[in-house]
Amino acid sequence: MTLAKEEPDRGEPLAPGGQDPYVPSERRLARERYKRTRSRRAVAVAALSSLVTAAALVLVVVNAPGWSRTRETFFDAGYAREALPLVLDGLWLNVRLLLVCGAAVLVLGMLIAVARTLPGPVFFPLRALAAAYTDFFRGLPLIINLMIVVLGVPALRLQGVSVDPVLLGGTALTLTYSAYVAEVFRAGIESVHPSQRAAARSLGLTNRQALRHVVLPQAVRRQVPPLLNDLVSLQKDTGLVSIGGAVDAVRAADIIVGRSLNYTPYLVAGLLFIALTIPMTRLTDWVTARTDRRRAQGGLL
Amino acid sequence: MSDRPGGPDTADPGPVLRMRSVRKTFGESLVLREVDLEVAPHTVTALIGASGSGKSTLLRCANLLEEIDDGAIWLDGEEITDPRVDQDAVRRRIGVVFQAYNLFPHMSVLENITLAPRRVHGVPRAEAEQRGRELLERLGLGAKADAYPDRLSGGQQQRAAIVRALAVRPRLLLLDEITAALDPELVAEVLEVVRDLKEQGMTMVLATHEMAFARDIADQVCFLDAGVVLERGSAEQIFHAPREERTRRFLRRFTDSGRL
Repeated sequence: MTLAKEEPDRGEPLAPGGQDPYVPSERRLARERYKRTRSRRAVAVAALSSLVTAAALVLVVVNAPGWSRTRETFFDAGYAREALPLVLDGLWLNVRLLLVCGAAVLVLGMLIAVARTLPGPVFFPLRALAAAYTDFFRGLPLIINLMIVVLGVPALRLQGVSVDPVLLGGTALTLTYSAYVAEVFRAGIESVHPSQRAAARSLGLTNRQALRHVVLPQAVRRQVPPLLNDLVSLQKDTGLVSIGGAVDAVRAADIIVGRSLNYTPYLVAGLLFIALTIPMTRLTDWVTARTDRRRAQGGLL
Repeated sequence: MSDRPGGPDTADPGPVLRMRSVRKTFGESLVLREVDLEVAPHTVTALIGASGSGKSTLLRCANLLEEIDDGAIWLDGEEITDPRVDQDAVRRRIGVVFQAYNLFPHMSVLENITLAPRRVHGVPRAEAEQRGRELLERLGLGAKADAYPDRLSGGQQQRAAIVRALAVRPRLLLLDEITAALDPELVAEVLEVVRDLKEQGMTMVLATHEMAFARDIADQVCFLDAGVVLERGSAEQIFHAPREERTRRFLRRFTDSGRL
């Protein structure tokens, strides 16, 4: 017996239009009352402890000897207002980089992952190459990769090769992140049980068809959360293209800081980055929940 | 199931499946040795034997899911163990139903069934879906076409898996302990389907622990023991007058527990 799957109970559907003569018993009502009381108490305790913690933190920070100095240099409303439009302008570059690099990373990562899982001795060179690629770029610190590509490539003065820091920075980000994402995809592919592949092959599907229609769809669906993790991480790291001189949100903040010696613009940029990642996380949660719900209802997908 | 799975060679009564001196090892363990088997068209062959006797491996070898070490296998007179043979083309002619169903969880029942007709045989979507729904209807699963496998009971999943295997109109159907993962109350509905398939003339090889079922349905019964076909014969002969001591001892366990 290889199957140890819990089967959900499939009871009769309730009669439509409230024709069910069921009346909740006193026991059920008491049980629900008790649960409500308990959850109300839990919420109250949580709220209180959060308040106390927050108050303590504020007191510690505000009473710190350097607080007034810190407030001036990090929380200056005037500088925040001045920085916001410029940082927002720069952030648009981060967003575009994320979109282009994100797409490139997903495609390249998938290709590398598939190359690593190809069976048979014919594909040995491809497998070895893909393995070497992931080993190299996962191990190489991103900042060093960026410097080599953004600063090193233009130094070669090759004809026809771009010296645009955005393009080169994007290339470096794609190189590193596709190595991470390839490993995520590979883990997903390997998590699909071999019996699924056997079933597909027994139907006459070729290896490629089995991968395309049976293995990859399941692998990708399982890996959505870790993929999102990497994409959020990529989004933050788009800020690193500023080392080549491209004016993104971080660099825009940097310019103002350099002029004013006030650090508020960094705070503005940081908050904007956080604001960017939140909708992305919510979107994935929603997508995952939706596919789960559809499957549970047995509806058309 | 509408058309009798006969194929072009109905004039030639040669075996659908033939195995000659098949040997298979997994590392150090010898799983099949000197296995011979012949399956005539429109007959049912039951493979019985203890767990680990090589029944499942034999089926997987017949479908080229496992590569044999030695010997040869023919499908409709063509040697399929010849390395020049297109293995995917061979598998297209053989349907397999697995013990654990192996339905694709990310596809609806109908998508599970139409995948191979559409992708492998190039049947247009509408046609594949129409035939799929017809088959599901006939196996009492019409209402489940758009459901996902995890919303089906074990018996329903296994029937859907049978439909999936039938959707490509296979020449031969291999059933690998298809009721072993099912609750006793669900076994009957699956076996009923197999009985219908026999009526319709499907050639089948089944590995099973359902001795009573094997006795009722099989034209030929093979008792496997430690990778060897120790005894073969009609169901009548194997179940009522087994020649080998080991066969007798194996069957006694079922008669003693009232399962035969």
